[in-house]
Amino acid sequence: MADPSGSETLPIRTSTDVVQVRQAVRRAVTQLGFSLVDQTKMVTAASELARNTLEYGGGGTVRLETLQEGARRGLRLTFEDQGPGIPDVERALTDGYTTGSGMGLGLGGARRLVNEFAVTSEVGVGTRVVIARWK
Amino acid sequence: MAQNGAGRFADVLAKHEAQILEDWVADQRRAGGGRSLGRLSEAQMREEAAEFLRLLRQAVQQQAAAGAGGETDTDGPGWDAVREFLAGLSRSRARQGFSPTETAAFVFSLKQALFAHLAREAGGDADVLFAEVWQATTLLDQLGLYTTTVFQKSREEVIARQQEELMELSTPVVKLWDGILAVPLIGTLDSARTQVVMESLLQAIVDTGSAIAIIDITGVPTVDTLVSQHLLKTVAAARLMGAECIISGIRPQIAQTIVHLGVDLSQVSTKASLADAFLLALQKTGRGITRGAGAGVTSGAGPAA
Repeated sequence: MADPSGSETLPIRTSTDVVQVRQAVRRAVTQLGFSLVDQTKMVTAASELARNTLEYGGGGTVRLETLQEGARRGLRLTFEDQGPGIPDVERALTDGYTTGSGMGLGLGGARRLVNEFAVTSEVGVGTRVVIARWK
Repeated sequence: MAQNGAGRFADVLAKHEAQILEDWVADQRRAGGGRSLGRLSEAQMREEAAEFLRLLRQAVQQQAAAGAGGETDTDGPGWDAVREFLAGLSRSRARQGFSPTETAAFVFSLKQALFAHLAREAGGDADVLFAEVWQATTLLDQLGLYTTTVFQKSREEVIARQQEELMELSTPVVKLWDGILAVPLIGTLDSARTQVVMESLLQAIVDTGSAIAIIDITGVPTVDTLVSQHLLKTVAAARLMGAECIISGIRPQIAQTIVHLGVDLSQVSTKASLADAFLLALQKTGRGITRGAGAGVTSGAGPAA
């Protein structure tokens, strides 16, 4: 269905990498012609998830893919880590719930900022979060 | 055999030093194609090449004399002078804007001239030639990579220094009026920078006895939950010191994103622009802006009232 016409994988090992991810996502959505609001939403969601990958997943990667479905264009981001995993995904998505020192809004907030959102996590194996936003 | 080959390598270097230098300089000139060499004068290049060749010969001779001819480890004390020279060269190249490849090529480019002379001296004895070339190439590879290591280190030093400078530069607390401070935030708000901002803001509140601080985030491209959390903490800390904060520079796209994220900024005064925030601050401190008599005169709107 969706045909990825370009992809790029970035490491998330340090907080500097989180900045790089934000910049790469901003470049991608600007190229796709997203409106300023949509750009900001996607970049913010990417920022939240990249930081989760770093802080809770112990580092990982993100893959950026441009999507084309008929006349629709979009961007899909896949965050992967080999961290401890999330025992209760539903709970992690609850606003205000955090095991760290953050606000507990990142994961749920990211879900509200994008069109497609999927978390797969296995305890002891790792976590994968896939998000997509269409123009 | 190793002793023999290494001894000869030193001899070849000593005997043909002048000619190897000529060939090497010619090779570099050709390889550079004038592009990178434009930044280096021919005289300087020749001087550096001669110095390196001299130090290399001394190190190899010393090694051969010590009977450690087969050794190809350039970490030893006998190589201190060579390494020191290369470190200096690498640093100056990094400053002049050379790439690491161009810098390492300085050492690697010696191979062609050197091997040609080794081949001539070996007189067709393939085993001897192989031993000598192997030793020479191992040495030069190590030295070439060493220049890259130093190059990278000096670049990292530059980056670290710039980061520190940026940290200082990016957190000015300015006084807008008596009792009104402003901090224009620019760029990425990571934890380290926010810490600096918070400290300098709280200090400025104490120093000036200000009642209101405006935090302007016009220059912050992304406001996510971490940035929000940092802002809220700064506001809370200022409040504990008796000062009120106004956050300005909330653009439409940022406002929408914050709402979707679910961040609650309702406890904080927020304004779209710094001008609005300043006006609010003036009102809160019992002041206001009025168009005075002077304005009427300069705009040519008739006699002052």
